[in-house]
Amino acid sequence: MTSTPAASAPLLSIRDLSTWFHTGGRSVARAVDGVSFDVMPHETVGLVGESGCGKSVTSLSILRLIERPGRIEPGSRIDFEGRDLLSLDDRAIRAIRGNRISMIFQEPMTSLNPVFTVGDQIAEVARVHSTASRREAWERAVDMLQQVGVPAPADRAREYPHQLSGGLRQRAMIAMALMMHPALLIADEPTTALDVTIQAQILELLAELQTRVGMSILLITHDLGVIAESATRVLVMYAGQIVEEAPVRTLFDAAHHPYTEGLLSAMPRLGDRRERLTVIPGTVPSPTQWPAGCRFHDRCAYAWDRCRTDAPPLYQIGAGHVSRCHLAAEPARRRAPAFAAAAPAS
Amino acid sequence: MTAPNAASARSAPPNGIAPLLAVRDLVKHFPITRGVFRRRVGAVRAVDGVSLDVFPGETLALVGESGCGKTTTGRAILRLIEPSAGEIRFDGADVRALGGDALRRLRRQMQIIFQDPFSSLNPRMTVGAIVREGLTIHKLAEGEAADARVRELLDEVGLRADVASRYPHEFSGGQRQRIGIARALAVEPRFIVCDEPVSALDVSVQAQVINLLEDLQREHGLAYLFIAHDLSVVEHIADRVAVMYLGHIVELADADELYRRPIMPYTQALLSAVPVPDPTRQRHRIILSGDVPSPANPPSGCPFHPRCPHPRKDDACTRLVPPLEEKEPGHLVACIKQTPTTVSWPEQQSAGGTMQPERIIPDALG
Ligand SMILES: Nc1ncnc2c1ncn2[C@@H]1O[C@H](COP(=O)(O)OP(=O)(O)OP(=O)(O)O)[C@@H](O)[C@H]1O
Ligand SMILES: Nc1ncnc2c1ncn2[C@@H]1O[C@H](COP(=O)(O)OP(=O)(O)OP(=O)(O)O)[C@@H](O)[C@H]1O
Ligand code: SF4
Ligand SMILES: [Mg+2]
Ligand SMILES: [Mg+2]
Repeated sequence: MTSTPAASAPLLSIRDLSTWFHTGGRSVARAVDGVSFDVMPHETVGLVGESGCGKSVTSLSILRLIERPGRIEPGSRIDFEGRDLLSLDDRAIRAIRGNRISMIFQEPMTSLNPVFTVGDQIAEVARVHSTASRREAWERAVDMLQQVGVPAPADRAREYPHQLSGGLRQRAMIAMALMMHPALLIADEPTTALDVTIQAQILELLAELQTRVGMSILLITHDLGVIAESATRVLVMYAGQIVEEAPVRTLFDAAHHPYTEGLLSAMPRLGDRRERLTVIPGTVPSPTQWPAGCRFHDRCAYAWDRCRTDAPPLYQIGAGHVSRCHLAAEPARRRAPAFAAAAPAS
Repeated sequence: MTAPNAASARSAPPNGIAPLLAVRDLVKHFPITRGVFRRRVGAVRAVDGVSLDVFPGETLALVGESGCGKTTTGRAILRLIEPSAGEIRFDGADVRALGGDALRRLRRQMQIIFQDPFSSLNPRMTVGAIVREGLTIHKLAEGEAADARVRELLDEVGLRADVASRYPHEFSGGQRQRIGIARALAVEPRFIVCDEPVSALDVSVQAQVINLLEDLQREHGLAYLFIAHDLSVVEHIADRVAVMYLGHIVELADADELYRRPIMPYTQALLSAVPVPDPTRQRHRIILSGDVPSPANPPSGCPFHPRCPHPRKDDACTRLVPPLEEKEPGHLVACIKQTPTTVSWPEQQSAGGTMQPERIIPDALG
């Protein structure tokens, strides 16, 4: 199903991942609902989708950071470097976290501890995952800060998180994540809180470090521009599911799923002086009650009877390109234009 | 009032229309205090001499990085925070001299839509009550007439009338932003400060709200000060664009002109850094070094000099504050190294300048 250029084995392989929140009563939030994909060594995979579609819950599931009332449902499978992460005990998973797989978050303050200096926190990673002495660990922390472009790293290392600007904090967090040269970096909206000029610095830095260290990146963002500039392959999520997967060029040239099509045309871009922006009508449904049939059907301009009753499978569209849309079976139903620049919809 | 800035902030009014809003040398400093006695130890120079005009029915966008003073500018103009200095004229009236009833009457004409649709609506009030509040305060309608007007407003922003009895938490971000817009429209303003009205929204919902704002502008002849950090959103909605950096306006021009020919090195970097959703395009971004300095301790001279990549940057940039001057017709730029400049070469030399000014357009923008 998830087709990637063969040759090597995937670094990360996720099959039928479901993470649900059992919030009491009879309502269950099916935040992630049967997600499958692979990440190959050295590649950058982009994961896009609207707020609440399940991107962060997917990434937290990989690291087994889901807390009650959340639960990774039976039947889910996550293999990493040939090991089944879901069957590991707590100790074994902690040995992987921050070491072979590390994560950076949108808001650095959530992962930096305000009462320790930045240097101490980064050094701590080396102390936990290696036999480095206190001094060696500190020196490596300073070196890492230097590598991620923090000026005067030895001085900065002695400062507390609140003393750093947003851009520097983000770099400190990246330094912490890269300390052990992870095989997989999960970057959840790493630049969303930053300004574009600082965002450009961080993306450049990640690309450079990736070449130098040779890691894979799972890049989560809602910014298709960031995806276009950084990812080789893209996963589009909608309502807890993957609705399209394609190589980055294919996605931008020949998106198949109407949701992806809508996202691409709703986005204002530089150089675009259209009179009206294209609109995807309606809003994202709630994870406690996904619509029947295709989860996108009530916002989709092409929807017909079948969409309202049958849940579409992931259809193969081309090489490495799949789409969860019945148009693959009945292409004649696609008539342009799908998303009119409609009058303000309610 | 410094003559060149004041005159040029008008950026060529088309056929001599008077501005609806004229701001001159607006300053807002927040004191930094320390200890139990709140001793004043310094100031955050959030807005440091901003001049701009907004004409009837137009959208002036104010863009810049986080913390550069956009929100403070917008709020100071409406006197939601008291400016430290400067002049604000709305339709000829001196806004800073007004008080009491006169200020309340003026507030009817000048409204604001907030950045955060989640915290800007009172959670204990129904949507109907939120929209109705302005009608009551300004004695525009009461009883049945007010109910009818609320229904009309909700309809205008694309919400069903039956939402009036519900509470803000029952709505999505985009719907809440519509409620905020209905609230602002209720008092029939002529001018609205839109403080990042779509920044917190998803792309698909962003487009709905932007289209709505444009429709309302056309129908009611509204003028907007549209605050944003996303240059691609701004290009779509703005007639003119002002770029802000550390409390200063560093470039101001017609939107077409600014996007086609950015001149201030900061604007050039900003434009080149916007990610482009086209994987076939190999772009050279201008990567700046360093971080945005703190407005509590701004650099001397040009506020951008510590990060500026202009090849002619020299010591003069660290000592002379560049005036916002006209470098192309109607195109104002604050940079002493981009030609032409009124800061003469001898003047620059006596401030330590060693490199003659030259107009540089980086390859990244080619
Ligand atoms: N602890 C929790 N309890 C209940 N529901 C939760 C919990 N955490 C997440 N969810 C729900 O799971 C869904 C997916 O959330 P997730 O954070 O993965 O979205 P996302 O795609 O990362 O969105 P964003 O772009 O806003 O970060 C949301 O509907 C959210 O409300
Ligand atoms: N009440 C206040 N007291 C002290 N400092 C303040 C206050 N309000 C704002 N500031 C400071 O003034 C500067 C400008 O803030 P402002 O909110 O105007 O920026 P902004 O351009 O709107 O940023 P953003 O894009 O993050 O909204 C910032 O450094 C901010 O920390
Ligand atoms: S399956 Fe139907 S409703 Fe779903 S996206 Fe395709 S056309 Fe639209
Ligand atoms: Mg998230
Ligand atoms: Mg602001």
